[in-house]
Amino acid sequence: MNYTTTEIWLIIAALGVGTFLIRFSFLGLVGDRPIPEWLLRHLRYTPAAILPGLVAPLVLWPDATGGVPDASRLTAALATVAVAYFSKGTVRAIAAGAVTLYGMQYLLG
Amino acid sequence: MQFTTTKMAYIAGTTAALPFVIVVIPFAMLFGVVATEAGLPLTQVMAFSALVVAGASQFTALQFMSENAPVAVVLASALAVNLRMAMYSASLTPHLGKAPGWQRVLAAYFTVDQSYLLSHTEFERAPETSTPHKVAYFFGTVTPIVPLWYVFTYIGAVIGDAIPAEYGLDFIVPITFLAMIVPALRTLAHLAAALTSIILALLLVAVPFNLGLLIAAIAAMMVGAEIERRMS
Repeated sequence: MNYTTTEIWLIIAALGVGTFLIRFSFLGLVGDRPIPEWLLRHLRYTPAAILPGLVAPLVLWPDATGGVPDASRLTAALATVAVAYFSKGTVRAIAAGAVTLYGMQYLLG
Repeated sequence: MQFTTTKMAYIAGTTAALPFVIVVIPFAMLFGVVATEAGLPLTQVMAFSALVVAGASQFTALQFMSENAPVAVVLASALAVNLRMAMYSASLTPHLGKAPGWQRVLAAYFTVDQSYLLSHTEFERAPETSTPHKVAYFFGTVTPIVPLWYVFTYIGAVIGDAIPAEYGLDFIVPITFLAMIVPALRTLAHLAAALTSIILALLLVAVPFNLGLLIAAIAAMMVGAEIERRMS
């Protein structure tokens, strides 16, 4: 790393301020002004629209394996989804995923 | 469950977030370790976790910094990772927008994937909950998560040794995200949005600055909203 101390502080500060402004954007500027119904309808789907797309590449092409699909990680993801879907229990789903991951890693050596 | 007191809402939020402690601890430690190994002094490592509070973008910044990328490139890449939080902010606004300004400032600072997702899911489940109770629930979800982010960044930086990849701890993050989002896919519209998100995010994975995910997310929101409109 070849940055001066000032440059590193600049990076940290700018990243902190920028990230805060992103987080504050709508919450701060819109506040309690009314939001049109069509937009509310879109916003209801925000988690469903972001998280699956965020996770999918991590499941298929994990960094830890250099981007090569990995049987134990794929199976663990499927087990997590199945348990989460049918039981609606987040904790149970995490446990199922973790047990599957380590079980598969143990079986596959 | 309906909350009768703010304390009850706060405790419900805290309880809901407790399982995610198992993600925050290794992830925070890993940041402390990697940042220290990259050559950052303790004050700067801690400043990262205290001011940015966003793991994925902190790792992105570190990665570009260890490649000695220009400052502007480091900032653009790390901030792009956080752009999804503008959508979080927008979708929290119908629920927290009526809260006093100082509470919205704090809520913005503490908007991380876990606090956002748990709170949004709860607010959609019971939209009639009062704003103070929603605020209390939100800060409840923050309580077991963010303080540990600071503490374990510190522990990672001071005593840390990188956790070997074969422990599969990297995969705790995707597992917890899946475990959080899948139970919230309550309707056909939610499922269609999720499927759109997956397909487009995979197809657009090569788009620079992580913008493929944002395009996928906007398209997926449109799919969900359109299905809801046609079915209602």
